[in-house]
Amino acid sequence: MSDIIRRDPRAEWIARNRLHPLHAAMQPVQQSWMGPNGVIRKNVHGVGFIGPNGIKRIDRSGAQQGGAAKRTAAVEVQLPLHQVAAPAFYINVVPDMVGGRLSSHDRDLLGLARQLAGSDGAVLAVVFGEHKESAFATAGVDRLLVLEGHEFDGYSPEQRVQGLRAVDNQFNPRHWLLPDSRSGGGELGRRFAASLKERPATRVWQIKGEECVGRAGAGQEDLARPLPRLILAAVECAEPVSETRHEVLPVELSTALARSLPRIEDLGAVAVDPAAIPMAEAEFIFSGGNGVKDWALFHQTAAALGATEGASRVAVDDGFMARDRQVGASGTWVTARVYVAVGISGAIQHLQGIGACDKVVAINLDPGCDMIKRADLSVIGESAAILHALIAAVEAYRNGAKRDAA
Amino acid sequence: MTTNVISLVSIGAHPTSGRPRRAEQDARAVELGLQMAGAKLQVLHAGNIHEPTLRSYLGMGLPQLHVLEQPAGSDALPVLSEYLREAGAQVVLTGSQAETGEGSGMLPFLLAEQLGWPLIVGLAQVESIDGGVAHVLQALPRGQRRRLKVRLPFLATVDNAAPKPRQSAYGPAQRGELAAHEVEIEQDELFTGAVLQPAKPRPKRLKVIKAKSGADRMKAATAKASGGGGQVLKGLTPEAGAEAILKLLIEEGVVR
Repeated sequence: MSDIIRRDPRAEWIARNRLHPLHAAMQPVQQSWMGPNGVIRKNVHGVGFIGPNGIKRIDRSGAQQGGAAKRTAAVEVQLPLHQVAAPAFYINVVPDMVGGRLSSHDRDLLGLARQLAGSDGAVLAVVFGEHKESAFATAGVDRLLVLEGHEFDGYSPEQRVQGLRAVDNQFNPRHWLLPDSRSGGGELGRRFAASLKERPATRVWQIKGEECVGRAGAGQEDLARPLPRLILAAVECAEPVSETRHEVLPVELSTALARSLPRIEDLGAVAVDPAAIPMAEAEFIFSGGNGVKDWALFHQTAAALGATEGASRVAVDDGFMARDRQVGASGTWVTARVYVAVGISGAIQHLQGIGACDKVVAINLDPGCDMIKRADLSVIGESAAILHALIAAVEAYRNGAKRDAA
Repeated sequence: MTTNVISLVSIGAHPTSGRPRRAEQDARAVELGLQMAGAKLQVLHAGNIHEPTLRSYLGMGLPQLHVLEQPAGSDALPVLSEYLREAGAQVVLTGSQAETGEGSGMLPFLLAEQLGWPLIVGLAQVESIDGGVAHVLQALPRGQRRRLKVRLPFLATVDNAAPKPRQSAYGPAQRGELAAHEVEIEQDELFTGAVLQPAKPRPKRLKVIKAKSGADRMKAATAKASGGGGQVLKGLTPEAGAEAILKLLIEEGVVR
């Protein structure tokens, strides 16, 4: 892109047009403001705009147009803030938070909660333990309750039910919404319902007024019933929130939590053979493409990381990997949380196949390839050297962890 | 000493034809029970004793199947909890949800609450039962497993991660005995307010593009998927690059 300053007649037109949705974003930066001592400060250099020939123009008639500041290509549009000062009632949501972040199911659920809350109610999200989510505001959370404490670590459904009961006593929400998912929400919601002795609506996919519709039996029938207080909602139960921003005010429990002696003890995750996990549902995929020259090293690295192996179409066509390992439009559409692409340049068919992945790591020689544009972390360099270093680093990390435990 | 195991079974429905069949997950519960207790396994059903499909459970090699006789639409929870309390079971296995009726999957949770027993969800394998303590493997999404320690007696639901059920043979199915038990009948109040209707296909979610300008719409229609703010590490030593990758993998919790 050249540095020649060009006029943008459309931007000028938007800056003139107060009714245009982008009007606020197109306004030039503030030129005078009140200083800390009450003196008006002015930015004399910011006055005026650069004309079409690169000469600064100052229009003192007050009809100055066109921002003086060079605008970036994408204007960050600030969504309107939805505030609930004194909530008339609460809609409580317990998101799954797989990997510490809101999943798409959680976002759908928050969208449903937003519908139920209307303008008077507040959506209260209850989150257990640490989280890594930074987008609660745009997901539609008005109040956030984080229940911390090591008693919620690991698999602790009974303790979590105790926590939810305490929240229920304090906020007395109009509805409880949980995702009817296998990653925790379905189980927690049913345990909570059994402990409250309330009948929940399960696998709900539609709510119309005071009636809800959920799948029944093996999916052959629908069950329509009056809307209960506890709702376990299926995926895509509602559109996620997209047009407003929310406050995410932190709230706290006023009472200390009742501790119950856990009857189920969590002894931790068990190592499973990563090759036995179906590719479509593997959590961590280590995928190789045309850039991999040393396939023995590739397999060794995958084993060291404990990842399921994948491959691009080129690697499969060349016979380095089996056909059932192919990722992409004509292979498997994967849903991994973490996808490591080694020597894959990122054909559009491959990028479609990894569309649902959360975090993509690329190791590649070519800094301009499409995979780098998609990746969250890219390392430019020779794959063999990086894989050797990665094996060494993982072993060092595991040994260090063992020494800490001993 | 073998453990006293009871499997709860129900009548399933074929997903395409809707004909009655042995329920998929309940058959897995029976299979797991047979692996744990062999011929001593008790199998329990609450419902109609004259349903011919019940015999397909007997065909898995069971000498006897206990039936708490109930008409359709009655509440199975009180009779089951009363029976289980008196049967002296140490492990109760169920499928995770019924294939007919409401199928809310609440029954094992309510039973566990009434009996005051711990409940394991998604049991994949029982590793050992020793001195009143069981070590079991729980199936998690994405093919993962978790080891849990639980005191007897406990309830467990099985889902599709449990071992595949053995085939049902015709001869044993006909020879097996259906033992009827008389129980009090209690009506389930669900269907006073709820209606069962044929399932409507769910509408496919549309991709809504909320672009304000034509340029944005054009971009949304033509642009390739891109993460945008990805971090690019260039000119680093392989060790530093590997360190950065490993840090991300540990943060995401995939390398343990």
